[in-house]
Amino acid sequence: MNMRRFALIAVPYFWLLALFLVPFLIVFKISLSDTALAIPPYTPTIKDGISALIAQLDFENFTFLASDDLYWKAYLSSLRIAVISTAFTLLVGYPIAYGMARAPEEWRATLMMLVILPFWTSFLIRVYAWMGILSNEGLLNQLLMWVGVTAEPLQILNTNTAVYIGIVYTYLPFMILPIYAALDRLDESLNEAAEDLGCSRLQAFWLVTIPLSRNGIVAGSFLVFIPALGEFVIPSLLGGSGTLMIGKVLWEEFFNNRDWPVASAVAVILLLILIIPIILFQRNQQKQAEAEQ
Amino acid sequence: MSPTVFAPWNNPDEKPLIRFKNVTKKFGEFVAIDDLSLDIYAQEFFALLGPSGCGKTTMMRMLAGFENPTSGRIELAGQDIAPVPPNKRAVNMMFQSYALFPHLSIWDNIAFGLRRDKMSKDAIEARVAEMLKLTRLEKFARRKPHQISGGQRQRVALARSLAKAPKLLLLDEPLGALDKKLRQDTQFELMDIQESTGTTFVIVTHDQEEAMTVASRVAVMDEGRVIQVATPAEIYEAPNSVYVADFIGDVNIIKASTKAIGQDQYHLNWIEGQPPLTATSALPFSEGQQAHLAIRPEKIKISTDRPEDAPNALQGKVLDIAYLGNLSTYHVELPGGQVIKAQTANTRRIARRDITWEDPVWISWSATAGVLLAQ
Repeated sequence: MNMRRFALIAVPYFWLLALFLVPFLIVFKISLSDTALAIPPYTPTIKDGISALIAQLDFENFTFLASDDLYWKAYLSSLRIAVISTAFTLLVGYPIAYGMARAPEEWRATLMMLVILPFWTSFLIRVYAWMGILSNEGLLNQLLMWVGVTAEPLQILNTNTAVYIGIVYTYLPFMILPIYAALDRLDESLNEAAEDLGCSRLQAFWLVTIPLSRNGIVAGSFLVFIPALGEFVIPSLLGGSGTLMIGKVLWEEFFNNRDWPVASAVAVILLLILIIPIILFQRNQQKQAEAEQ
Repeated sequence: MSPTVFAPWNNPDEKPLIRFKNVTKKFGEFVAIDDLSLDIYAQEFFALLGPSGCGKTTMMRMLAGFENPTSGRIELAGQDIAPVPPNKRAVNMMFQSYALFPHLSIWDNIAFGLRRDKMSKDAIEARVAEMLKLTRLEKFARRKPHQISGGQRQRVALARSLAKAPKLLLLDEPLGALDKKLRQDTQFELMDIQESTGTTFVIVTHDQEEAMTVASRVAVMDEGRVIQVATPAEIYEAPNSVYVADFIGDVNIIKASTKAIGQDQYHLNWIEGQPPLTATSALPFSEGQQAHLAIRPEKIKISTDRPEDAPNALQGKVLDIAYLGNLSTYHVELPGGQVIKAQTANTRRIARRDITWEDPVWISWSATAGVLLAQ
């Protein structure tokens, strides 16, 4: 292999090694340690010598996670919230992407710009803005009461509904863009051919447009599902005491309990759970790349 | 005319399958189809021929149901089709891009329309097998469209559009994406399939050779109007206007003023100081009327000596020779500066050609070789 090609491949691999694999190994090591009143707050450390360090490691934290139902309930609840909010994001995002792809050519760049525009404001500020909108005295409740839909303000903030709204809002562009890319490439004559062969408009959409934008739907869903599963900011700001998400548990374990080993064990399990959808996502991308050749 | 010849358009009792009645189609201010009337008969292979933007694709899309006329009426078997949506019309279309469904196999592509008709599974299988056989695609049934060649894709598109046995099949530049050799083979295949299925075909093309080869009748279009509808031979031999003569094949146009000299015979004064030309015309021309004489290059003889008893003979100088292998086209400049093209078959080897550049030559043609056109 020539040197330049080697160097080109080596850079990203070194990056992954230094900033992903090494930190992961450190976290994994901590997850096998015991908590201690020290700095750092776990034992053993490298100062104890390699052989003593290896001898003292055990899977105690993982058995603890399995025994305390808080953790697997949090994982399940996170999965549920991630799946439901991904479905909602798809439901909202697909029509937007479809409209963009069917818009006149000269409008598309502007529409694309509008989809990306929210990224120009800090994510945290946007979530705080939602607190202002959704709170009992917030804009939404004021509007609903003014219209007369409800007499009493609705409790939206600090519920799972607010978490769903937050996730759908935040991750919508990640759903829209891959679907738009798939629909944009779609040949209009395929729909006409379907109609010509006896499909109604709706059937043509279902039998031609949806299957041909499948890759975009899959890509968008993973791009929303993967970060939503480990989401911490949205449930902690918009969710209530009843909102159980693993990201929040992880944070509390780490900062409130200062139990680094258990927090690390939670993080390792979360990563293992995420590896499955990440691999599926990669495979989808690869299949798409192959189909385009 | 003998009864075995297929010519329903000459039979006044025959009902047309498709009838355009004063159809106009506007896109905003742009008039795509301008007050057009046209009859197409069952089992015809009808070609719409014209330059791009002449409205031929719009005509086809109106037949398929993707556009509706702004005014006028289109009838299919006597029924106004304007209120019928595309999926309810007994019309199928073969798209220029083929529009094969990339996510479905060849088999499923062909079965797509049949499934919409709620046919039984066995009936669908039998029909798809029949279509695969007709288009010689049996081996490729399980492949996806991107796994076969352009020519095979073209046949899949044809099979898919024929599968529902439509009353009318529309073909939008069906051979445009194929290379020349394959296109010629496919033209004959199309004709065979059209004949064996008995389906009425309407083909849109800008390739005049293609239209001439496949069609029973050709409509030459320009700017949303039909200029002439006739058989390929009539279009070529008896064009009704300079536009048609010029669009179909190669032609020499000589402007002249007419003078009647007998029954259908005219003298043409085409330039000062030269003897008049002689031409026949069934259409009447008045004294001194400006007319155009259209003569095909292959109907003009070229010789080194003045030909005996040729009604029209002119002397000129060879300006250029286009050697096409089987034919040579000589560009001969006449005294007035006009250049006339004369074509001869190269029956002798090129080394023995006796006419070369700058040679003084005679060109000649008979009185009936050309067509006299008013416009």
